[in-house]
Amino acid sequence: MSFSVVEIRKDFPIFERTIRDGKRLVYLDSGATSQKPWVVINAESDFYSKHNAAVHRGAHQLAEEATDAYEGAREIVAKFIGGQESEIVFTKSATESINLVAYAIGNAEPGNRFALTASDSIVVTEMEHHANLIPWQQLAARTGAQLKWFNVTQDCRLDLSNIDQVITANTKVVAVTHQSNVLGTINPLDAIVKRAHEVGAVVVLDACQSVPHMSVDVVALGVDFLAFSGHKAVGPTGVGVLWGKAELLDELPPFLTGGSMIENVTMTTATWAPVPQKFEAGVPNMAQAVGLGAACKYLSDLGMDAVREHEIAITGYALDKMSAIEGIRIVGPLENVSRGAVVSFTLADIHPHDIGQYVDSQGVAVRTGHHCAWPLARAMNVPATTRASFYLYNDERDVDALVEALLGAQKYFGRF
Amino acid sequence: MELDSLYQEVILDHYKHPQHKGLNPVYTAQVSHVNTSCGDEITLNLNVENNVITSITWDGQGCSISQASVSMLSDLVTDKTLEQANAIVKSFSELMASKGTAAGDPEVLEDAVVFAGVSKFPGRVKCALLGWMAFKDAAIQSQGESK
Repeated sequence: MSFSVVEIRKDFPIFERTIRDGKRLVYLDSGATSQKPWVVINAESDFYSKHNAAVHRGAHQLAEEATDAYEGAREIVAKFIGGQESEIVFTKSATESINLVAYAIGNAEPGNRFALTASDSIVVTEMEHHANLIPWQQLAARTGAQLKWFNVTQDCRLDLSNIDQVITANTKVVAVTHQSNVLGTINPLDAIVKRAHEVGAVVVLDACQSVPHMSVDVVALGVDFLAFSGHKAVGPTGVGVLWGKAELLDELPPFLTGGSMIENVTMTTATWAPVPQKFEAGVPNMAQAVGLGAACKYLSDLGMDAVREHEIAITGYALDKMSAIEGIRIVGPLENVSRGAVVSFTLADIHPHDIGQYVDSQGVAVRTGHHCAWPLARAMNVPATTRASFYLYNDERDVDALVEALLGAQKYFGRF
Repeated sequence: MELDSLYQEVILDHYKHPQHKGLNPVYTAQVSHVNTSCGDEITLNLNVENNVITSITWDGQGCSISQASVSMLSDLVTDKTLEQANAIVKSFSELMASKGTAAGDPEVLEDAVVFAGVSKFPGRVKCALLGWMAFKDAAIQSQGESK
């Protein structure tokens, strides 16, 4: 089946509505959150209307059905990223997934491979989303470990020229984004993984902007932990995924404690259930996990290589068309190589918030600001940018609408 | 077009020609405020003598709404007593909370009534209020300092 945006758009009910007095919805903010197809909406709705019960407890048919649906989703998600079912932990968000790893590492006692001391270091990059920066800043502050980072070059790539000085024998964790949510840059993981493993560090991958957009295989990538969110991958809000290598999840202490995550409990002590239950305290976001299973199946049926190919094409088209606008500065790689379908830019001296407001009046939804990556904005020397992010339901028509709206914004704000 | 109710001519004029921009080194209070959702920043120096605002200057970066708003605020409160200025801030805050239902009192707000249109755009209310909230802080601090 060939990749047809026209057909795909029919799966997403939101495209049936219009925006700002009858204008066609041009949704270019999937980097923040994606729209949802009927199959996901229906899966979540069906769970509530037909199977709702607390999973892993209850001696009744609904509990069985709910557990089957929830564990079935785990199986789909595991297949989707090439992992094992027991390695998939459902969280409420990618932010929680990363915090889980950071807090759990902080809970590790001497003797545990994750135990951190003031003589250790944690490595991040300058292009991290706050979700993959602040948990590590805080862990460093709590343990006394040193926080180090890779800088970003002026052509918006990671500067790995000093990799052996940044990742050293003292490094315990390397936390890096697969694809920048601002620049679109896809990072070269091979060199980072190789160096991290040489020194015995674990690699935590923020895959929020990659898993929804390309084929991701955790084994092939060689990373140790991977986090992504459901809502950016045509799935529901309120569900995120943490994948970790089985033996690492085994050794990692728990983060949230309580019901479901225990093996045995007395008034003063407790032992832990095997993974992944050890990391899923409390009644989980069941309907959302089931919805995410439907989302991963939807994407698999389309084929992630086809999605990626489509996005490469639309990125190339967008870079060409947008570069031709006078006064534009694209903040991200100009070459359509190792980059995703995210195009951030500034437009002469028109403030991004004003650009966003104008293009919205034309039905075009973009994001403006620092995109939860403030240090990166500073490194790129821009107070804020406007970001257009494309997905499987966007086509050339959407790029054309954006370009036309940007030209309109120039006229509108140039009138004084 | 609906957008014109947001981007009134006088707003864009203040944006292009900001008033009281550039910090006066003499002040009774200095405050910096940031709009955390977009990164807009304003630093505001306020000088109060005998309970009267003798100087209000600012510097910052941001969208047309935030910059024009602080520019207009500066015009409005210069030479006013702190009580008068606080009454203006209160009136402006109420206008911003009106969700497009109020027109603003021109006796109190003068030109700043043009921001009435902003209150219809919930995403922009914070922009319009950035400088005003900074001023409010500075006024409180200056109350203690002023002789």
